[in-house]
Amino acid sequence: MPDLSRVPSVDEVGVNERVARFQSRSIKKASKVEALKMILSMIDLTTLEGQDTPGKVRQLCQKAIHLHDAMPGLPHVAAVCVYPMMVGVAKEALQGHDINIASVATAFPSGMSSREVKLDDTRMAVDAGANEIDMVISRGAFLAGEYAFVFDEIMAVKEACGDAHLKVILETGELGTLDRVRRASVLAMHAGADFIKTSTGKIQPAATLQVTLVMLQAIKDYYYETGRMVGMKPAGGISNAKLAVHYLVMLRETLGNAWMTPEWFRFGASSLANDALMQLMKQSTGVYQSADYFSKD
Amino acid sequence: MATAAKRLPVAKTYKIFIGGKFPRTESGRYFALEDRKGAVIANMCRGSRKDFRNSVVAARQAQAAWAGASAYLRGQILYRIAEMLEGRKEQFIAELVLQGNTRRAAEKEVDESIDRLIYYAGWADKYQQLFSAVNPVSSSHFNFSVLEPTGVVAMIAPNDSGLIGLVSNIAPIIVGGNTCVVLASEEQPLCAVSFAEVLQASDVPAGVVNILTGFRSELTEQFASHMDVNAVVYCDGGKKAARTIQTLAAENIKRVVGRQRVNWMLDDAASPYEIRDTQEVKTTWHPIGT
Amino acid sequence: MAIPENKLAFDGGWEYAPAPESTDHIAVKKRYGLFIDGDFVAPEKGRYFDTINPANEEKLSRVAVASQSDVDKAVKAARKAYAGPWSRMKPKERGKYIYRIARMMQERAREFAVIESLDGGKPIRESRDVDIPLAAAHFFYYAGWADKLEYAFPGRTAKALGVAGQVIPWNFPLLMASWKIAPALACGNTVVLKPAETTPLTALKLAEVIADAGLPDGVVNIITGAGDTGAAIVTHPGVDKVAFTGSTNVGRIIQRALAGTNKKYTLELGGKAANIIFADAAIDQAVEGIVNGIFFNQGHVCCAGSRLFVQESVADEVIEKLKDRMETLIVGDPLDKNTDIGAINSRMQLEKIESYLKIGQSEGGTMHQSSCAMPDKGYWCRPTIFTGVSQSSRVVQEEIFGPVLAIQTFRTYNEALSKANNTPYGLSGGVWTDKGSKIFKMTQGIRAGVVWANTFNKFDPTSPFGGYKESGVGREGGLHGLGAYVKLEA
Repeated sequence: MPDLSRVPSVDEVGVNERVARFQSRSIKKASKVEALKMILSMIDLTTLEGQDTPGKVRQLCQKAIHLHDAMPGLPHVAAVCVYPMMVGVAKEALQGHDINIASVATAFPSGMSSREVKLDDTRMAVDAGANEIDMVISRGAFLAGEYAFVFDEIMAVKEACGDAHLKVILETGELGTLDRVRRASVLAMHAGADFIKTSTGKIQPAATLQVTLVMLQAIKDYYYETGRMVGMKPAGGISNAKLAVHYLVMLRETLGNAWMTPEWFRFGASSLANDALMQLMKQSTGVYQSADYFSKD
Repeated sequence: MATAAKRLPVAKTYKIFIGGKFPRTESGRYFALEDRKGAVIANMCRGSRKDFRNSVVAARQAQAAWAGASAYLRGQILYRIAEMLEGRKEQFIAELVLQGNTRRAAEKEVDESIDRLIYYAGWADKYQQLFSAVNPVSSSHFNFSVLEPTGVVAMIAPNDSGLIGLVSNIAPIIVGGNTCVVLASEEQPLCAVSFAEVLQASDVPAGVVNILTGFRSELTEQFASHMDVNAVVYCDGGKKAARTIQTLAAENIKRVVGRQRVNWMLDDAASPYEIRDTQEVKTTWHPIGT
Repeated sequence: MAIPENKLAFDGGWEYAPAPESTDHIAVKKRYGLFIDGDFVAPEKGRYFDTINPANEEKLSRVAVASQSDVDKAVKAARKAYAGPWSRMKPKERGKYIYRIARMMQERAREFAVIESLDGGKPIRESRDVDIPLAAAHFFYYAGWADKLEYAFPGRTAKALGVAGQVIPWNFPLLMASWKIAPALACGNTVVLKPAETTPLTALKLAEVIADAGLPDGVVNIITGAGDTGAAIVTHPGVDKVAFTGSTNVGRIIQRALAGTNKKYTLELGGKAANIIFADAAIDQAVEGIVNGIFFNQGHVCCAGSRLFVQESVADEVIEKLKDRMETLIVGDPLDKNTDIGAINSRMQLEKIESYLKIGQSEGGTMHQSSCAMPDKGYWCRPTIFTGVSQSSRVVQEEIFGPVLAIQTFRTYNEALSKANNTPYGLSGGVWTDKGSKIFKMTQGIRAGVVWANTFNKFDPTSPFGGYKESGVGREGGLHGLGAYVKLEA
């Protein structure tokens, strides 16, 4: 258990000002193309709907493999992200392709269930073939100050993951303040998180540049303290490439080069992919694109 | 030589202004506005209590964001309203003339209205400096008093003025971060509706100003008694109306501001005190120590 | 937190491609005359000097040297305008002229921003996002006061002073012009203003706007020149009020020169502000505050937070984070939209800064600079910090006016306060702590005209600015800024 009283406080106005600086960076030409390709390679293509079916998931996997065949030299996405029930379908559909299979678990999105149910949920996903698990923290317990409970839970899920790597979703939109986001980040990393993730995408607000900056700063402090790198994933609400580029600028200037790969940074998004593709096409042809020319799977 | 056929003008329909849009009155009723000779100028909406209720909802919804806008931004918006009104001068002069004013008086009234908007635009980022205070309390506390807008203001515009009275009361209310529901002059209601068009073109957020036309006899009580209105400003009606309004307002301790018998064309009809009339004072304490 | 061994890698990898701001829409004349009595006229002695772009040392234009007779002409024009149309004009009409200027500055904002960066070296992002919007906002703010002076001074009637002679510096050229001209006009005065010799262009552009706005001839006169021109304006018997922003040394000279005259004056001079970080501050935002405090505008800021005081228990952490942050600051072409730190304004200023870098090291300080690349032509200085210095070091005592920060530690708030105030200057200060009561304790104790708590280098036209002690006398901005431009009668 880390000493949470030593976690620095966060000034919201200061964070907003720093974020505004990132947003005024002008990323053009070769650096823009490089950024767009990086974005594609960092996407966890996601479908987490109650109405998901095997057919839907297979189509998503198809898109993951064939982003836009008309444009050669594109990277593939980092992962496909689905509910545990659909992991098997995804595994089969992605046979032979170097794309990770991420599954949400632990009674996603609310996390309102017992320890056993959450661990079973995790094991089921891992057994079905997921090599990445996105868990949710117990926000209620966190807000009630039961930090030890939240810490233990993350440790237990990490153990149930086995070799799968663990992303811990803080659900920043429910935490209320940036101070809490910072504290939750510290807790999650000390409990063994491989990645800390902003949101489930099921409530508003989802990911913002502000909470992401606070989480990146927490990752930096943790790295300086322990030497261990932790990855970061903003999820939800990043639907256009311009915004995603701002995230990359923020990542670059906060953590530096080592984090600028899909191994350490992901975007939890779905429609972002097509927007990035359209931007890439615009860069190479010089003309603005229409969504009609990019497959919606 | 053949004479060209005279072109038929397209007459404007005067609606009311609620939540940034121009609906007709939900009651479907109207009253005919006539000129001196008894000819009908326009059919005006005879606003109902439901229209008023809807306006208060719109005003309340818009209030927090409007109050949260920076003083600079509010000033810029008021300045923009002046710019838009300047551009539409002829329309307003024509309406004032239709309603019985001389051309000369109408021109002066429109000019003064534009200048009055600029006057209040200039107060946006200054009235706080005039009326706030850091108070030298005797304990070790930093103590400061600031003005905050009271919230939603119901305003009954002067009856005897087509434009200057309207503008002179809307401006100080909204420059201070309040939103308002306005009952236009019953005798000269045209400019109020056209002014709503100017507001819409000026980046004024929807709901900040809502304008109804109709009868004082039907609507005064509504304006004075609505429980979600924080202040009522009235500009005409005499002793009896004043007493009615004051009595009804007491139910939720509305702030009551009477501005009867004012010559709105004079410079001293405008001052920062008009802004202060719809402001609250909040005093905050914080210890000074280590 | 111990000094980390695992450093972050900020160089190489994904780099930003050049993102130049376009300049094809701006208009800079080959040569400018003096703007006197509503027109650009040739200087009587016919002398001109070059103004160059400090980023590449190329000539941008030639501007006139105003000699004593030109200054006489300008003051005379200002006096005629004052006695004539300007003092006879209704205050609300005066206000509307000032609004026009503000509006036009907004409309031509991008052109102003590009010229400001070309002429002075500051990054286009700063001129575009900070300088020009603030300059227009000052005109908007003071336009509104023109017809409201009766409310600004309880129990007194405010009257204009007459002709204001104003001399401004090169660090925020257009903004400083706005700080001077707007309140002067609002209060009914007329103006003779001299921009700094290295940054005349945006003031001359402003003259064009003023002419386009239809301001009566002679109300604002803008004349260029160097120290002699400035001295001539300031000592001119026809000038009723003097406003000067610049170094304390020159301020001293001016104050001496005005002794025995009846001229009112305001002086906004140098500073060596203390930026104080407590252990209970929001550390990451405080680090950003340090960067904003000293590296913003290349440190050419009178109120720069040039002395850092960091509480010992967090000193190592703060300094490491600061060094990381310095690595991500981009020094480069002012017209590149990604540039954070532009060119040093002139060769002279660069030499001054470099001499202090030598002094700091010879005094025993440890110098650390960011590792960024720098262009070959032009005047550049990397963001620099000094540790191992103390109150007696010259780099701690003297104003360097560059991106150079002197860092000391402290243990108690009393020590921080005492050292913060232990300077002849008193322009500004900063306090970083999460504890509200401590904020007020510190702001109460810091002897400076502007104190920033949990922020730094924030400016607003409604917020008064000015110094204690040798940082100057008088305030600019806000209600308090009106006082300098009126005489109060019972």
